[in-house]
Amino acid sequence: MNIEIIQDLNLNLLVNLAYIFASIMFIFGLKMLGSPETARRGNLTSASGMLLAVIITLLDQNIISFQYVAIGILIGSLIGYFAATLVKMTSMPEMVALFNGFGGIASLLVGSSEFISESDMSSFLSFAIYLTILIGGVTFTGSLIAYGKLSETISGKPYLYKGQQIVNTLLLLSLLIVGIEMIALGLSNLSNVELLILICSLAFILGILFVIPIGGADMPVVIALLNSFSGLAACAAGFVILNNVLIVSGALVGASGLILTNIMCKAMNRSLANVLFSGFGAVTESSSSKSEDQGEVKPINIQDAFLILEAASSVLIVPGYGMAVAQAQHSVRELGELLEKNGTEVQYAIHPVAGRMPGHMNVLLAEANVSYDVLVEPEDVNPTMETVDVCMVIGANDVVNPDAKENEGSPIYGMPIIEVDRAKTVFVLKRSMASGFAGIQNPLFFKSNSRMLFGDAKDSVSNLVSEFKD
Amino acid sequence: MESQIVLLFFVLVLSIFLGVELISKVPSTLHTPLMSGANAISGITLVGAILASGSSGEWSVILGTAAVIFASINVVGGYLVTNRMLSMFKKK
Repeated sequence: MNIEIIQDLNLNLLVNLAYIFASIMFIFGLKMLGSPETARRGNLTSASGMLLAVIITLLDQNIISFQYVAIGILIGSLIGYFAATLVKMTSMPEMVALFNGFGGIASLLVGSSEFISESDMSSFLSFAIYLTILIGGVTFTGSLIAYGKLSETISGKPYLYKGQQIVNTLLLLSLLIVGIEMIALGLSNLSNVELLILICSLAFILGILFVIPIGGADMPVVIALLNSFSGLAACAAGFVILNNVLIVSGALVGASGLILTNIMCKAMNRSLANVLFSGFGAVTESSSSKSEDQGEVKPINIQDAFLILEAASSVLIVPGYGMAVAQAQHSVRELGELLEKNGTEVQYAIHPVAGRMPGHMNVLLAEANVSYDVLVEPEDVNPTMETVDVCMVIGANDVVNPDAKENEGSPIYGMPIIEVDRAKTVFVLKRSMASGFAGIQNPLFFKSNSRMLFGDAKDSVSNLVSEFKD
Repeated sequence: MESQIVLLFFVLVLSIFLGVELISKVPSTLHTPLMSGANAISGITLVGAILASGSSGEWSVILGTAAVIFASINVVGGYLVTNRMLSMFKKK
């Protein structure tokens, strides 16, 4: 053996060892994300693993020019830097959706590049490329639609049309045929480029049609699922270039997305199939008619609310997305601190679907300096709800809707909720009597222990704060 | 080639199980950072993008460079935004 070959082997070994090491860092990074104390270090560990993987890849001898690599990394990093620094915490779901999509399209492009440059492909390689392009493409356009729905550039309403099933079936069928042609047959006269464009287009259309019928309220599930897809796309790309670090990290992300999807579905008491294929808004009509004769709502003014809060020994704050929209979280935190000074026990009950992505509400409260150890989950507070003096529902609606327990005809029947209606007093801060994001009526407002505090959530809470200060 | 693929499948299956174990332990408070952090990890496809972008074929380079840009946004943006969120989580 001459020296060059030995050097090659050594380099190859080094590269692979480094990839394994990077994978280990991803694993430890995710493990450390399991606790708020270590999470930040975990993220740093994971980022270092990524840096290591990138640097070691640059040593690869198949790279003949670094010019475009450098330009690409520079442009991407700059965009990523500014996006990450400038984004508002309320817009985090859109941002994650968008990044997801970029991950998907990157995998698609890697697969495409391999498909074009390779002339003699094994059917396994073609299959891996096909999957990469398919999953990557669906992730890309699906994420863009989710981005549009979350940022409300396109309507959050489920978009349903006649013949939807037929169109979807035809689309899946053509994807199957093109797949078989690409992997096994090679019968048609299509060149690789033409075949590539065909598959990409079909995957893009599938992504759009996949997300567009799903309502805005279900986007937390969709983002979690797309997150999983972006991992699977990377994983498939790993099989294309036969690289273990892509497979390991892709699988980790894929698993993480699936678990979050599952948690979200459970929190809404719906199956994934129901979320994806039902078009939520379509069933709400029947239940809303019943809500007319539920009695009158009882409004309360700031002074009375203040007196009740001042006398309360325990207060449970139930924030919803409406709180974030009103930018009330800072005032809410201030009110919470004043209550604590007054000797009141303050907790925040957070429903898993309270924000627009899993854990979104926790981030928004963390941004407002609410300590994470006063944030509790529905299972923690529901058993002792009777002992709570005042529940303050701020911008939440569907997650406190007693219909979920009482009205079998309700579209949210069976969904686990925060059972605020069992507390001694419930304040509902609400702009008007309009229904929530899911468009369902809420009998909570008509219960005898409910008081409506109408007005902008931020103004109401600020007024309460100034009452306390006087 | 074939034994390598089988080995990679083995790695895939083990990683999925590992992922499920790891993620199940993450509390719901951290689900958003978890998601954006995991999302950044999925930008690992950058490795494949770099190889494509640095290769010889004209189209490979074009597609590869585009992939590098997208994957870099995903990686850099994902990790930074996760760090930004996690830095806000404080205990009294």
